[in-house]
Amino acid sequence: MRRLILILVPYLWLLALFLVPFLIVVKISLSDVALARPPYFPQLDLSGGWAAIRDFFTELDFENFAFLASDDLYWKAYLSSLRIALISTLLTLLIGFPVAYGMASARPEWRPTLMTLVILPFWTSFLIRVYSWMGILSQNGLLNTFLLWTGVISEPLTIMNTEIAVYIGIVYTYLPFMILPIYATLEKLDGSLLEAAEDLGCSRTSAFWLVTVPLSKPGIIAGCFLVFIPAIGEFVIPSLLGGSDTLMIGKVLWEEFFNNRDWPVASAVAVVLLAILIIPIVLFQRNEQKNREAGQ
Amino acid sequence: MPQTVFAPWEDPDEKPLIRFQNVTKKFGDFTAIQSIDLDIYTREFFALLGPSGCGKTTLMRMLAGFETPTTGKILLGGEDIAATPPNKRPVNMMFQSYALFPHLSVWENVAFGLKREGREKDEIATRVADMMRLTRLDKFARRKPHQLSGGQRQRVALARSLAKAPKLLLLDEPLGALDKKLREETQFELMDIQEKTGTTFVIVTHDQEEAMTVASRVAVMDEGQLVQVSTPDRIYEYPNSVYVADFIGDVNIIEGAASQSGDKVLVTWAEGASPLVATSTAMLTKDQHCYLAIRPEKITITAEEPETTNKVHGEIIDIGYLGNISTYHVKLPTGHMVKAQSTNTRRLSRRNFTWEDKVWLSWSDTAAVLLER
Repeated sequence: MRRLILILVPYLWLLALFLVPFLIVVKISLSDVALARPPYFPQLDLSGGWAAIRDFFTELDFENFAFLASDDLYWKAYLSSLRIALISTLLTLLIGFPVAYGMASARPEWRPTLMTLVILPFWTSFLIRVYSWMGILSQNGLLNTFLLWTGVISEPLTIMNTEIAVYIGIVYTYLPFMILPIYATLEKLDGSLLEAAEDLGCSRTSAFWLVTVPLSKPGIIAGCFLVFIPAIGEFVIPSLLGGSDTLMIGKVLWEEFFNNRDWPVASAVAVVLLAILIIPIVLFQRNEQKNREAGQ
Repeated sequence: MPQTVFAPWEDPDEKPLIRFQNVTKKFGDFTAIQSIDLDIYTREFFALLGPSGCGKTTLMRMLAGFETPTTGKILLGGEDIAATPPNKRPVNMMFQSYALFPHLSVWENVAFGLKREGREKDEIATRVADMMRLTRLDKFARRKPHQLSGGQRQRVALARSLAKAPKLLLLDEPLGALDKKLREETQFELMDIQEKTGTTFVIVTHDQEEAMTVASRVAVMDEGQLVQVSTPDRIYEYPNSVYVADFIGDVNIIEGAASQSGDKVLVTWAEGASPLVATSTAMLTKDQHCYLAIRPEKITITAEEPETTNKVHGEIIDIGYLGNISTYHVKLPTGHMVKAQSTNTRRLSRRNFTWEDKVWLSWSDTAAVLLER
């Protein structure tokens, strides 16, 4: 009985805060847009009895999904989101791995400090941090002023409102999510494995590629998913730092909801996005599961 | 036909495989190794024995190339290897933690070193198969290290370090993680493999029984210095100091003042007690402070007063029953506690002595070793 209650708590949590809202979104995605409040039709009226419920279900259709497939704006937005998320994940990995490696090789008494430094940005609001990047990257922002002062460039660079700014924003925001899991695997790495590799004829470099990298793979995979999954639906960064030509599905979704007030299409976009994300999420779960088993 | 005894260290013409020349190693202010001179010969099974922190692991890591001596030279086959990195030395090491690569199978672990040498595929396969047969791992080739038992992992580590056919194999507490029974079996297996491959083995251990069992020679270390380097039997029977006598096996140490006549030494050890006799080739000055080391198994325990010169009377305080032998702790009127061992050839119910019995302990003139320090 006690066990049942223990198990029930997380399931109720998921049911109330994930499954029910998701079903509502699915329901809206199957409805039609209407000039009403709320702005979609049909509405479920339980006071009408069985007949009303049956009527409600017959009114639902997949029109909005068909619309998504027919309009290439959505396809392009999904593909462009995938591309941006993939490239930013790769960039985050390229920056995050050396940072994690450096942290793991630092003297043990320094590690907690370095860890705090990585987490420190979270103490400030995410929005404020993205806004401050606007101040850094804009035409007469800090970066351009500095580069002009050093004489590296003679004309200010246009970074703000381009895809580059979006990459910078995503990499900056999600870097800790990459560093922490990689650091966790590297810190656990038994130093005698590297000595054994050297003893058996490896140079330092080949020992790194043959031992360190394969053994940090679980951390790399976890980090990549933790960056990729939120990055694909990212909305704030592309809308604040990106230009009008930066197409991301999160931005499209927002515009459908608030600019067009087309809740059904926006919901359909969200449902498809979730369907796309389920694949990496399942892969991620499987990776975690495998690590747990290997760890035993 | 007399069999030639393996004792290259007694042959002055024999060239050592390894020679430590006045090697000192410091970590900051701490001196881990204090000016050591040591020769190790080809095909030897050499044991470095000592308590933790005595520098034995540092000595081994210098051979592997993970540490460099602060001063002095290490010669391998006559060449100074101080500047040679670990991956260029014909030396392999079996790590205490085994350090098996968890992401590679047993086969890949054993083949790891051979692949780095860039050998032919067939050659690697043959060599790995040979090593697997030698260590009886044939069945486990595809398994990952975490799917093996402790004993199997130990054998993988051994196979991997032997695969490159090193001139010298270093073993860092190789049996430390195994339980007692498996450890004893593995000791003989190690000796067997060492003989078959003809490789020179240097083993680091804090377990004196292990060192005595496997080694052709044992170096007893303390605080970065070699206290005694000799064969196991000489270390046990003729320790050169109280430290060695005490570290190897069980021993009774009796302090006293010496008076020598020829090779007989009389040791006055307590007021009113008749002096004890020992033989020694060393020349001691009159009334020199000295120690008598007597192994418990060399002491005879009797109820009646025996007719030997070395005898003491006392009361049994404690009996340690080990099955095959019993250790009696006997308290002398002088306050000394003396341990005596006897083999339990009879059943327990018919044992001669019990607690609080008054007994005589005796030993021959040659049983005790006279030590100056």
